[in-house]
Amino acid sequence: MDFTRRDTLALGAGATAMALLPLSAVAQADPNAELVGAPDEFLAGADAGTGDLTLTAPEIAENGNTVPISIDAPGAVEVRVYALGNPTPGVAAFRFGPLAGSQAASTRIRLAGTQDVQAIAKMADGSYQTAMKTVKVTIGGCGG
Amino acid sequence: MAASAMLGTSGFGNWARLAAQQSLTQDQLLQFDTFGNVSLIHVTDIHAQLMPIYFREPSVNIGVGANRGAVPHVTGADFRKLYGIEDGSRSHYALSSGDFSALAQAYGKVGGMDRVATVVNAIRADRPDALLLDGGDTWHGSYTCYHSEGQDMVNVMNGLKPDAMTFHWEFTLGTDRVTELVEGLPFAALGQNIFDAEWDEPAELFKPYKFFERGGVKIAVIGQAFPYMPIANPSWMFPEYSFGIRDENMQAMVDEVRGQGAELVVCLSHNGFDVDKKMASKVTGIDVILTGHTHDALPEPVLVGETILIASGSNGKFVSRVDLDVRDGRMMGFRHKLIPIFSDVIAPDPEMATLIEEQRAPYKADLEEVIGQTDSLLYRRGNFNGSWDDLICDALLSEREADIAMSPGVRWGPSLIPGDDITREDIWNVTSMTYGEAYRTEMTGEFIKVILEDVADNIFNPDPYYQQGGDMVRIGGMGYRCDVTKPQGERISDMVLLSTGEAIDPAKNYVVAGWASVNEGTEGPQIWDVVESHIRKQGTVTIQPRDTVEVVGA
Repeated sequence: MDFTRRDTLALGAGATAMALLPLSAVAQADPNAELVGAPDEFLAGADAGTGDLTLTAPEIAENGNTVPISIDAPGAVEVRVYALGNPTPGVAAFRFGPLAGSQAASTRIRLAGTQDVQAIAKMADGSYQTAMKTVKVTIGGCGG
Repeated sequence: MAASAMLGTSGFGNWARLAAQQSLTQDQLLQFDTFGNVSLIHVTDIHAQLMPIYFREPSVNIGVGANRGAVPHVTGADFRKLYGIEDGSRSHYALSSGDFSALAQAYGKVGGMDRVATVVNAIRADRPDALLLDGGDTWHGSYTCYHSEGQDMVNVMNGLKPDAMTFHWEFTLGTDRVTELVEGLPFAALGQNIFDAEWDEPAELFKPYKFFERGGVKIAVIGQAFPYMPIANPSWMFPEYSFGIRDENMQAMVDEVRGQGAELVVCLSHNGFDVDKKMASKVTGIDVILTGHTHDALPEPVLVGETILIASGSNGKFVSRVDLDVRDGRMMGFRHKLIPIFSDVIAPDPEMATLIEEQRAPYKADLEEVIGQTDSLLYRRGNFNGSWDDLICDALLSEREADIAMSPGVRWGPSLIPGDDITREDIWNVTSMTYGEAYRTEMTGEFIKVILEDVADNIFNPDPYYQQGGDMVRIGGMGYRCDVTKPQGERISDMVLLSTGEAIDPAKNYVVAGWASVNEGTEGPQIWDVVESHIRKQGTVTIQPRDTVEVVGA
């Protein structure tokens, strides 16, 4: 048996590898990662406050290779998601058109280790909102 | 009960005073002035203990962050002082640590599901429509449970007629067996946080809540399974399921049942006490949380906002009775009693005693075989070590010829007192599980530290939502220092190989033996066979108190 952290995290990946990314029909995940960039690029000097934007993610990942997250951003035109501890922090961008019934989306992301996940929403009036959640990636195995 | 219009009392004081006179009767122990219009009966974390046992409560149970020094992180003499419990009394013996072996001799064993049945029947005699709720960790933890794949516990619990149940270790029976058992249950299997892993949608087999009409009150019971099952236990045994705390979904469920007219909302939880405390502060509208998982026994409810939290212990040692006055769609008051199941005071229910005997009969000779004796108190509970795990680690070191041994920091497993025989049943009570293979492998010093840091953060992370509710992994053959106030990566230091006295070298490989790996394909003999072989060679076991872990910041 092998006790490397990577192998431990890889366990269970087979169970979820077939999962589709359940994107909201009105949102598009941006295939060009460089367009997601870093939080500073998206904010372009503006400040992000808190508001109705919610980011839902597990406190402790069941599998760091495929962590389910969802965002709900009433009134947003675009939401970007960053895994701040990953080598490439930008993980997703969702754009919502004027005909979108709701501004919500879900996907699964890969986390290199315990880190903060941040969502930033650009609102219709040009202001920004942000939400943050720490997701722990652990070896596990000793819960009683 | 400030900041609330609610009135509440706990009946714990009555038997505590009587107990000092050593004349406790069953009627005195069960005395309760029926109150209000609803009664809840709570049992949890029975871990398949059908028979009376000894169970020593922890002397080390450290709280961190906002929970530092708060119950249930108060032990021994401090606990007795907090609740006004006399030293040497029955309540001292049942609820706190210290002088355990002597008090166990005086006051006898605790638990036994035939005694639990007597208590449940007595409460139902007072209030025939009382709700009986099982917080889970029921189908795990004994020789008979392992060999019958949980059937013994299902049969016995069906005899007790619960109204609902939630889950944790049950899932380590594997998805197929869990499905088979749950589909046959004559009561509700609940868990608002049990999801389909592939689709991240609520699992079909487990409902989030169930409505009951009792005493003219519309009651919603919402289930909350153990959130970290695929992390703390082997996910490959139940890959179809995902869990998590999901407090946003809990709020949605509370709102949903309130919208459907629920006048009383009860959460049957396997979160662990501190997680439930935080959840009660975030989710509004829950009246009562019946807590589980962390095995705490508290003689009074803890109030968070307008939610009361009930902690009912483990291993069949306690039953909680909570009477509630629900009027005009809200909980106006409660009366509560944590009832210790003193096996010598409570008469066994004959029907249940027969049912238990039937479950044990096929295995009787194997269960009763005496493997050795103990000169020392053998117990498990405590954040860092217990003498049972010291013995298990000794067995791993010698039987598996290892430098270092690791034993999981689980909280189940009864105690034995000096002079007791150690039977095969006793060994299984502290080792039984569906992934008990004792592995033998090499790890670098650096990786051993990574494991210790990881587990320590599961206990001492200041945010309860990041805790998994177990204790620290037990280590044999190695000493270390743990500063519980530091962040992950900085808690563990001064790791020393005890056989040589040398510091652990991060780059060097060490032979490590352990058990209960969550990894699929783990190979090795079963841990109960390893321990049995070791005890047979010892004859009589003696475990001296060890100080190989230095704890800082407690």
